[in-house]
Formats: sequence, structure tokens, C-alpha cells
Amino acid sequence: MAEAKHTDEPTHHEEHIVSPKVYLLIGTALLVLTATTTAVSYVELGDFNAVVALAIACIKMTLVVLFFMHVKYSSKLTKLTVAAGFFTFLVLITMTMTDYISRAWGRW
Amino acid sequence: MDSHTLAAQTAETAHTEHEHPPFLRHHFESVEQQRESATFGMWLFLLTEIMFFGGLFCAYLIFRNWYYPAFVDGSHSLHIWAGTLNTTLLIISSFTMAMGVHASETRMRKALVGWCIATIFLGCGFLCVKAYEWHDEWVEHHVPGLNFSPEGFMKVNPDYPADKPLQLDMAEKTQVYFSLYFAMTGMHALHMIIGVSLLTLLTIRAWGGAYTSGHIAPVENFGLYWHFVDIVWIFLFPLLYLISRHQ
Repeated sequence: MAEAKHTDEPTHHEEHIVSPKVYLLIGTALLVLTATTTAVSYVELGDFNAVVALAIACIKMTLVVLFFMHVKYSSKLTKLTVAAGFFTFLVLITMTMTDYISRAWGRW
Repeated sequence: MDSHTLAAQTAETAHTEHEHPPFLRHHFESVEQQRESATFGMWLFLLTEIMFFGGLFCAYLIFRNWYYPAFVDGSHSLHIWAGTLNTTLLIISSFTMAMGVHASETRMRKALVGWCIATIFLGCGFLCVKAYEWHDEWVEHHVPGLNFSPEGFMKVNPDYPADKPLQLDMAEKTQVYFSLYFAMTGMHALHMIIGVSLLTLLTIRAWGGAYTSGHIAPVENFGLYWHFVDIVWIFLFPLLYLISRHQ
């Protein structure tokens, strides 16, 4: 009975062993993305150099978090914790940047 | 019967009445619940770490806008090959750590120890490359507060002949770049040193078979820490080395 109740809880997660093939695939993808970001930095793209480099970094982070850190296979509680943390972090960064961008508004 | 004897007796019956693995703490219902709680706690700790490094990243972005030419020239003095090599080492070490967690889950003791040792070696390799770079910056007088000299930034950098030499006031501001550079790579390296030390302890215990009989949580949570340190570097690499390459 305790078992049945337990499966409904947000802390419940199915025992899931990620296969080494997945790890190998993700590891290779991360190495390819590293090579790509270094190669792209040698191409003149103006402001987009920074955009592309940070976009690739975000993709790499997502791959690490979802697969190496097992969040894709985790309980709802873990997923919510991670998502809430990143959301709070983005709010803090955005608000700080908004302040700095607008502080000298019209006084350039 | 006084309360001490009663407590001792209750504890004893608790042990004899239901069998449980020695690593399961009494305040948890099951191994699964204990593991889930540990993961939850580990993630909360990692979120505080995100906020900590996030503050440094935020400072970097703001100062990069303020002293843009100084940050571009500071970045041009780094070796892109060293940053790329270090990124590669860390990503491979994240892979070996993930395989270590897999070995713990599938209860393969020797494989677990092997993957952990591989991770330790890759981590130390990263630190060696980082030490080489720091030594280089010391030799070039790029360490603010200890042996800084703006002179190198007032001449044309042979690797970037198109760069215009900086004026003295802006050349002095490369100290802001290098302060943040040393703060961020230094804190990251400190995390690596702590990681390698913890992993050495884990490996010794893993050799004794502590983590291949269903007690996965310590290896799994150390893995989370190691991958987090990897993620920090994934962002440090483009910000410090790459994005100013063409400016």
C-alpha cells in the first residue's frame, strides 16, 4: 500500500540507468560543439561572434544538465528545483543588466 | 525501566525487526527516498554555486562594456589553444565521471575505480594547463597587484597586428580584465582542486566496494558537482578566450 501511494508523489522517480551509448553520444556532441565554437571564433561575424559563442555554450550546458546530470530522467521535484534555480538566476542577471543599460539613458 | 535502557532496547528491536542495508539511515523510509533527498539537497547547493559564479559573470559583462578596448586586448593575450585543450579535457572528464556513475549503478567495482582514476587524471591535466597559463601571465607581468605592468598593452601584439596600441589610461584598465580573469579561473580551479581531492577519497572507498552494493548517492552527487564545474568552464571559455577574438 505504501508502495502504491509512493508512486504518485512528485519525489518519485523510476529507477533509470542511462546507457553508456547515450553518454558517448553526448560526450561526442560536446566535443564537436567545442571544436565548432573555437572554429567560429576565427570567422569575422561582428557582434554575432559573442551571440554564437554563448548560444553554443547554452546548448552544451543543456546537454550536460539533461543527460550527464540525469535531469531528463529525474523526479518532478528535481526538475522543478533546477528550473526554478535557473529562472531565478536569469531574473537576477536581467534586472542587473536592465539597470546598467538604462542608468545613463539619454545622457550619451 | 529507565529511559536509557528503553531507548537502547527500542533501537535494538528496530535493527532486528526489519532488515535494511547498512547505509540506509533510520530517518528514511527506503534507499530510493534517501537517494532522492540527497539529490535534492545537492541541487540546492549547486544553485547557490550558480548564484556565486553568476555574480562574477555579471561583473565581467558589465566591466567588459565599460572598458571594452582593455578587455579585448586582455583577451588577446590569452592562448586560445590552451583554453580549447582545457575545455576538451574537462568534457572528457565529465564523460568518464558519468561512466563512473553508470559503473556504480551496475555494481561494477573495478570499472568504477577505473573511471574515477581517469577522471582524477583528466582533472589534474586541466590544472596543469591552467598552471602553465598562469605562469605565462606572471612572466608577462599581467597579474594585477603583484607584478602588473601596462607596457605590454601599449605596443602592438604580434599575434594581433591589426590591434591599435592602447593609451596608458586604457592599458591600465586591463587590470580589471585580469582581476576578473584570475578571480573566475581561480575560483574555478579551487573547485577543481576540491573535486579532485573528494574524488580521491571516493575512489579509495570505492576500491573497498562501498559504492557497488546499491549505495549510489555519494558517487552520483559527486558527479553532479563535477558536471557543474564543467558547466562553469563551458561559459568561462567563450567569455574569456573567444568572444573578443575579432574585435
